Amino acid sequence: MKATDNLYNYCLRLGDDALILGHRLSELCSKAPFIEEDLALTNISLDMIGRAQAILKYAAEVGGKNDTEDDLAYRRAEINYYNHLLVEQPNGDFAHTIARQLFLSAFEFYLYGEMEKCHDKTLAAIASKTLKEVRYHLEHASDWTIRLGDGTPESHHRMQNAINELWMYTGELFEMDEVEMTLMRDGIAVDLIPVKTQWYNRIKHVLAEATLVMPEDSYMQTGSRKGVHTEHLGHILAEMQYLQRAYPDAIW
Amino acid sequence: MHNEHSDSHFQLRIDKGEHIEAKDYMPEGYREHLIRQISQHAHSEVIGMQPEGNWITRAPSLRSKQILLAKIQDEGGHGLYLYCAAETLGISRTEMIEHLHTRKAKYSNIFNYPSLNWADIGAIGWLVDGAAIVNQVSLQRTSYGPYSRAMVRICKEESFHQRQGYEIMAKMMGGTKDQKAMAQDAMNRWWWPALMMFDPHDSESPHTSDAVKWRIKRETNDELRQKFIDKTIPQAELIGLTVPDKDIVLDKKTGHYKIGPINWEEFYRVIKGHGPCNKQRLDHHIFYHHTGAWVREAAEAYKAKKAKREIAAV
Amino acid sequence: MKALDTQLDLWEVFIQSKSGQPYIHSGSIHASDVKMAMQNARDTYTRRGEGTSIWVVASKNINASNPDDNDMLFDPSNDKIYRHPTFYVMPEGAKNI
Repeated sequence: MKATDNLYNYCLRLGDDALILGHRLSELCSKAPFIEEDLALTNISLDMIGRAQAILKYAAEVGGKNDTEDDLAYRRAEINYYNHLLVEQPNGDFAHTIARQLFLSAFEFYLYGEMEKCHDKTLAAIASKTLKEVRYHLEHASDWTIRLGDGTPESHHRMQNAINELWMYTGELFEMDEVEMTLMRDGIAVDLIPVKTQWYNRIKHVLAEATLVMPEDSYMQTGSRKGVHTEHLGHILAEMQYLQRAYPDAIW
Repeated sequence: MHNEHSDSHFQLRIDKGEHIEAKDYMPEGYREHLIRQISQHAHSEVIGMQPEGNWITRAPSLRSKQILLAKIQDEGGHGLYLYCAAETLGISRTEMIEHLHTRKAKYSNIFNYPSLNWADIGAIGWLVDGAAIVNQVSLQRTSYGPYSRAMVRICKEESFHQRQGYEIMAKMMGGTKDQKAMAQDAMNRWWWPALMMFDPHDSESPHTSDAVKWRIKRETNDELRQKFIDKTIPQAELIGLTVPDKDIVLDKKTGHYKIGPINWEEFYRVIKGHGPCNKQRLDHHIFYHHTGAWVREAAEAYKAKKAKREIAAV
Repeated sequence: MKALDTQLDLWEVFIQSKSGQPYIHSGSIHASDVKMAMQNARDTYTRRGEGTSIWVVASKNINASNPDDNDMLFDPSNDKIYRHPTFYVMPEGAKNI
């Protein structure tokens, strides 16, 4: 294994989260509860796809195989995708969309807050740009969690349900394998132990204000660090990669 | 002293080129005409998100995905500006949406056609937005202030839409055999519907005369259509696309292209609801409107609870 | 019974394009509370770097002058030409004034 393999892999993990959740949010265009919210969700989606482009471009550079960011997005199979299981989960109702966003944005807020200080200059620069965007995503998701949790009995029920159902995908956010441990020692990857504490406290705080109950710790799903996903990712990629796969010689 | 609440005084202001504001006196017919036109325009922007939205998840590059998303978001934003402009006339967004759902209000016929291959995204940007912008540039000078201001903002934002569409077409015409075929197929399907976007000849449009008198409308349908034809045909030729009309001739004297007859029967058939996607477009809007109702209710309930708590805290 | 649909409240949005510049009316948005109004204003009206600062005001709190009063309100200032600097005659050759 080359020394750059770890960094390449780490970039894919970061880039794939942004790409897949950006894609999921883009599915919601013209489907939001009202037009202003449609624009808001699209803005978040655009932030994330833009970030994916920057990170995958860097991954391609690190990978050194003359790939472009589009090659990485459109020509990789599921098993070579490393996004967290959380972000590939379907949009569900608006409460699921918001719960998924809350969980991920809170994670990214602390993750990129640390990554700003990392020794890799490119990642540090991407992190400081991302942090501004993610702060807004987190605020947007937190506000909606509170409105829905403390809204009508129906919205309260739906929001609690979404939190409960997606909870089992949150444990994976804080897993650290050999790739990340090695990079952490080099001052590149973020130590996720303190991030987990910060994340947990933030979510607890938001849910309390939303009059929602923090789920009890239960079995956490895992697999994405090794490219093992839920069934959903295959469908996302089948759709996303369709033109590039069907017309491999075409330039778009 | 002149009577500021008379139709003749109103017409005097219009003729002087003044803009009318929400609280100014206006004839009931003017108000109704504007509500009909602006809300139809708003609905068109919002329904227009669907045919393009059909390709967001299949956009073939990260760049094209972002461009398409940003463009569709603009359309949503334009719908929003226009709903707000119409609201100044005393109709609520809730009512306008209800009129859309009960088919009392219309939206542009063009969005009742399907987007079937990626080149359709090019064709929609280049031809549909291209046609729309000819109309919209003209509407920037419309007499109703809030409508005019919305149109100024919309035109500013739309300026990239047509270019991105033409870029897709040009790229595909410079691409593989399959890509060329897709581009020509899209051209063949969108050309005539785009020409119909300017509506029938003015003599056959029921609302034209008032609209011209009140300076809501500044140029005739045929004048606008001709502008679009004259600028678009050379663009098609430049990238090797064939315009699907055997009768096209350039009149050297006037510099205008003459085109073959437009199939207005098709236009009226689609307006009456028999286009390929009429039902699908409206069903989509109705479905997501109802799906989101509990969210809007929750937002209102939260607001009410919060207000109550604030009063209790005082 | 079908509850009446809501599209939330109407707000007016004012954007400052650069620091030091006046806040100018951009348009309106719908939102149920002030935080949402601020976010929706940002997501709607500053997508192209148009702003450095935002004001949102619930539309119901805006008071507009009545067009019927235009004569009374605005005409009387038309003949106060001495309020404008061009009214005054300066001696030939006077500078920096």
